[in-house]
Amino acid sequence: MDVINEKVNTITSKAKEDRFQGHDYYQIDELLQDEHLLAREAVREWVKSEVSPIIEQYAEKSKCPTHLFKGLAEIGAFGPSLPVEYGGGGMDEMAYGIIMQELERGDSGIRSMASVQGSLVMYPIYKYGSEEQRRKYLPKLGSGEFIGCFGLTEPDHGSNPSGMTTNLKDDGDAYILNGAKMWITNSPVADVAVVWAKDEEGKVRGVIVERGMKGFSTPEIHGKWSLRASVTGELVFEDVRVPKYNVLPNIASLRGPLSCLSKARYGISWGAIGAAMDCYDSALRYSKERIQFDRPIGQFQLTQKKLAEMITEITKAQLLAWRLGTLANKGKATPAQISMAKRNNVEMALKVAREARQIHGGMGITSEYPIMRHMMNLESVVTYEGTHDVHLLITGMDITGLNAFA
Amino acid sequence: MKILVCISQVPDTTAKISFKEGNTVFNTDGVQFIMNPYDEWYALVRALEIKESQGGSVTVINVGPAENETVIRKALAIGADDAIRVNAVSSSALFIAKQIAEVAKAAQYDIVFTGKETINFNRSEVGAMIAEYLDQPYISYATHLDLQGKTATIVREIEGGSETLEVDTPFVISAAKGLAEQRIPNMKGIMTAKKKTLKVVEPIAFDDISFPVRYELPPSKAGVKLLDADNMEELVRLLHEEAKAI
Repeated sequence: MDVINEKVNTITSKAKEDRFQGHDYYQIDELLQDEHLLAREAVREWVKSEVSPIIEQYAEKSKCPTHLFKGLAEIGAFGPSLPVEYGGGGMDEMAYGIIMQELERGDSGIRSMASVQGSLVMYPIYKYGSEEQRRKYLPKLGSGEFIGCFGLTEPDHGSNPSGMTTNLKDDGDAYILNGAKMWITNSPVADVAVVWAKDEEGKVRGVIVERGMKGFSTPEIHGKWSLRASVTGELVFEDVRVPKYNVLPNIASLRGPLSCLSKARYGISWGAIGAAMDCYDSALRYSKERIQFDRPIGQFQLTQKKLAEMITEITKAQLLAWRLGTLANKGKATPAQISMAKRNNVEMALKVAREARQIHGGMGITSEYPIMRHMMNLESVVTYEGTHDVHLLITGMDITGLNAFA
Repeated sequence: MKILVCISQVPDTTAKISFKEGNTVFNTDGVQFIMNPYDEWYALVRALEIKESQGGSVTVINVGPAENETVIRKALAIGADDAIRVNAVSSSALFIAKQIAEVAKAAQYDIVFTGKETINFNRSEVGAMIAEYLDQPYISYATHLDLQGKTATIVREIEGGSETLEVDTPFVISAAKGLAEQRIPNMKGIMTAKKKTLKVVEPIAFDDISFPVRYELPPSKAGVKLLDADNMEELVRLLHEEAKAI
């Protein structure tokens, strides 16, 4: 019996082995630099050794693998495009996108951990913070000693952040912060939060709130059927006294948080390709191994249609991301261009996940394969950082010059 | 310690293997290449550990075309100080060993590392040939290496057990699993690698003495036959006549 169990275990662990290979149908690799290819390979190796073996278990239990924060820091996934002297990696935006792609190939939740830390916490402190704030927080965030989170969305203000009610009242050398933020990735484990709130003049200010400040709490949100391996919570502020030196001095408008979201959305437009490639890769392999009617199901036209459409859509998304990365490297990527790529690529990934699920048949709904996990994750990704519909309206406003939001 | 690590570029383990030109040349179309794992995970990392504990330098060397530079940069990203590429295309162990030995002779390394074999041609020859050209001791299949001053204590794999031996530098050593643990380069390492020196040298003239005649793929695996559990007679017949296992 032991022998049989051992055999079964070997077979099962073999099936769970991460056999992912990248897909580059249009030889886009030729457009990348050595450092991009090396970064991709390094993160892919890290994901295969650290994420793939544990991710299904954590997702099933809805538990965050917090030990991975340290590993993400060590490989340099936090703020890779920020300067080295501030704890970043000194890389370009293309490299940042590629790193996000590889992380999300593992799991959207793991990518979210890194996106938030880099684009939503380190970036605003770097961009809008004082030199003192940069020196105090960025190296610790880059090394993973501090975990950060970003507070913009509120229970009653999601797509309409300008309606926020979280507020700051002047109290001499400090501000008194009141209000609540919702759907905050990393909040229950965060050491610092970059929080956006209105001052008494109605201007949106960014403040750095530290764990331990009186009146500040971070309750966890339970019952998510998506991003289950990433921890999400609220930020609650009850008369929190935030010293004035914790206010980001160089921004006083909604442009601040929106510029951070542009960075993160850019990363998501790459990340979604990772999730899509993982689903496609698994479906392609399964279609060659699964025999029905005495032949691999990949030989049937309807399976080929699905696979051919998947790789076509992935290739289009890759070209979009590559071009956006080229523009971002020159500082020319507009928020509207980023919206288009985020919207297109996330929807593409969702469709690929659903088609891949069908190719896997019944096995596609189990945790033996990554498909359902990616599909459920992507339901968050299509909604957070600007919903699918809002991004469409951003494109609409950009091309017509007419605002359909209000 | 002044250390040289020989690195080779090999097809990814998942690559589809085929040959062309009458089965005499490996077909590289659509093949992704990686650093030979024995060179990367064990030889290079152990060399770096020695440098980190005792000081010195780690140089990596590759005999190959310019396309191999991505793999060389990876070695630099993992932590090698500088790199040399001998600009030649060859799969001949003797040719490669000769070129590396020429570089090593001039630079006088304390230790030259190779992997125990490359995962494409599996010859395990280059290390021994370099040692011969340098007139130095060669220790193959090393799973453990300790250094006290100039004296190294090395454990090597042998059939069914291990052998421990001592040797003074300079020597050539081939690395097996266990000698070190894989290091994944981080983003800072990748960016630093861009600034490190990668020297390209031309090969010395050398007439090879062996040439591949042809390559053959192993026969494809036969399908699985399923029998009813109670059909013992047929099972015994198949095991005896077809599988020749009993």
